[in-house]
Amino acid sequence: MNGAPGQPPTPGLAGLLLLADSRLPAGGHAHSGGAEEACRVGAISGPEDLARFLRGRLATAGRVAAALAWSACAGAGESTGAAESAWRLLDAEADARIASPAQRLASRTQGRLLVRTAKRIWPSPALATLAREVPDGAHHPIALGVAAQAAGCTPEQAAMAAAYTSVTGAATAAVRLLGLDPVTVHRVLADLPYDSVIAEQHDWSALPAHAAPALDLLAEQHLRTEVRLFVS
Amino acid sequence: MSANHDDHHDAPDGHGRALRLGIGGPVGSGKTALTAALCRSLGPSLRLGVVTNDIYTTEDADFLRRAGVIDPERIMAVQTGCCPHTAIRDDIAANIDAVETLEERFGPLDLVIVESGGDNLTATFSRGLADRQIFVLDVSGGDKVPRKGGPGVTSADLLVVNKTDLAPMVGADLTVMSRDAAAVREGKPVLFTSIREDKGAHSVAEWVSGVVESWRHQHSHSHLS
Amino acid sequence: MTKALVRARAILRTGLDDRGRTRIETMRSDPPITLRQTGPGEVHLVSTGAGPLGGDRLRLDVEVAEGTSLTVRSIASTLVLPGTGASLMEIHVYVASGGSLVFAPEPTVLAAGCDHRMTTAVTLAPDASLFWREEIVFGRHGERPGRCHSRFDATAGGRPLLRQELVVGDPDSDGSPAVFGTARCVGSTLITTECKEAEVAEGVAVLPLAGPGTLVSALAADAVELRNRLSWGESRVSV
Repeated sequence: MNGAPGQPPTPGLAGLLLLADSRLPAGGHAHSGGAEEACRVGAISGPEDLARFLRGRLATAGRVAAALAWSACAGAGESTGAAESAWRLLDAEADARIASPAQRLASRTQGRLLVRTAKRIWPSPALATLAREVPDGAHHPIALGVAAQAAGCTPEQAAMAAAYTSVTGAATAAVRLLGLDPVTVHRVLADLPYDSVIAEQHDWSALPAHAAPALDLLAEQHLRTEVRLFVS
Repeated sequence: MSANHDDHHDAPDGHGRALRLGIGGPVGSGKTALTAALCRSLGPSLRLGVVTNDIYTTEDADFLRRAGVIDPERIMAVQTGCCPHTAIRDDIAANIDAVETLEERFGPLDLVIVESGGDNLTATFSRGLADRQIFVLDVSGGDKVPRKGGPGVTSADLLVVNKTDLAPMVGADLTVMSRDAAAVREGKPVLFTSIREDKGAHSVAEWVSGVVESWRHQHSHSHLS
Repeated sequence: MTKALVRARAILRTGLDDRGRTRIETMRSDPPITLRQTGPGEVHLVSTGAGPLGGDRLRLDVEVAEGTSLTVRSIASTLVLPGTGASLMEIHVYVASGGSLVFAPEPTVLAAGCDHRMTTAVTLAPDASLFWREEIVFGRHGERPGRCHSRFDATAGGRPLLRQELVVGDPDSDGSPAVFGTARCVGSTLITTECKEAEVAEGVAVLPLAGPGTLVSALAADAVELRNRLSWGESRVSV
């Protein structure tokens, strides 16, 4: 993604940094992506478990999110603008890949908050259309893809933001809940194979659909746990 | 950047919406009790909504629902992921979403109270979330707390010192608290109350009524023009 | 050991007889996929010969005609073995309006060293009903499994209902508390009956889908526990 030596950096990088930053005020800080429940039941108790959790999360939910974000960003950037009904179709493709209602709810909640925030930071026709077509909240990766397009990112950058944010919330939650060394956890984050889950996408029906049965169980159990700090 | 007219929520200038009142303060100072008291006192005259920021559970929201001071549907609970201050100051998205959901569902409303999760003396509300804020202390934290200041104590639109009934028992000198608060707050109001004895927190309710009244006055005129 | 690579395509189709009952219209076996009718509207898959083995490419087409009902089961579990290259099992299903399909074979067991690909494409007409159970066991007793990549796609009335891929034998997901945890088997049942609320118990969840259907999803230490968990979940989805 970097320009050649001596060249200015590729456009879109600033947008990517802003979108991937955990300080983006879009509600992400309150979601643990299943990590809170995994910590509660003892499936994550230290940095090694966390690394395995994050690798698995990236290879499944992260891969799907990256593909959806890629598609949404590319769709938003088409010269004609994606047809209005297209957003509902992509939304249905996301729905079909998220079997757990708890995870669908968390995804839509984060998507709705992101669209609201992004509309004020990077007003764009595609964001306005998405908000209108999917009023309950588009799935987060779709919102992220459209926001990325509005922020000047390429589909590849949108996918990178989706892959990265699919693991950072869980990593931060584990730091807060277990008191893990944040530097150790960042080392884990730095070692994750983000590029491996990013690929060019065209046919929406054929987008990756990697399931994570344990994440489904954790998400549903989490909603039924009385004491919880995170929304998901 | 001009406001987007098909979505007035995007314009944080306050036209055509309820006053958003933040209630913050340390753990156990009486934020939920004050919220309940305000609902009790103001419910008959104002159209209300409440957003709670529970730290662990939906306990605060449940307390308010059980107290029967407001239609339970008009209470929304937001979870804050270990960081109650983040949710009211740095990343207010979930709270704004809850406030707007209440306004869409039950609007128009006159007042939406956003009660923060119990935090420390530095936690204050973002102006993007709360139009006015109350900071609640209680006397049992010691009478030195107002002197120590902190953004909540110094900058809140109203400082409430609660549990005055406990002052003799914990050796807190209310005159010291009053004098110190006045010094650091540069004239902004301070009210002393005991919500246990005054279930409607009437002095605070009166202040809130006045704020709502002037908010309505300021924001309805220009809205019509 | 060398073995000729197998290409097989079996076909199964239902129709209505003159009294309006389901009959098996087409039942074309193609070894190693052998089909045997075991009752009215019921067919068993009988594996003739071992496998699939690496290099085999097997395909089964199922078509359930309007207003008919079909149940497909198998006699025994399928043991996927290594061979020359990857093995492929492809299933294509169409259930017409008012048709009903129960597809519940015994588990697929991934032997050490296998490299298996499974793809299932289910097309449901509006008002078609489906009960589809799939179980994967990670190796025989005490054995590390080979590799398997499955993809399941179901559409209902032209809209995507469920799309799921599972990868076993990938170092990134094996043993991950996010994917299979410590489980040795994974299974799911897709049922086109809507249920209102999700339910969760030890190792199993009943998940109302966004579209018209419910997925029972389970993880377990062994095949017996897996079946028990799925059965519990299936029983929670009232038919």
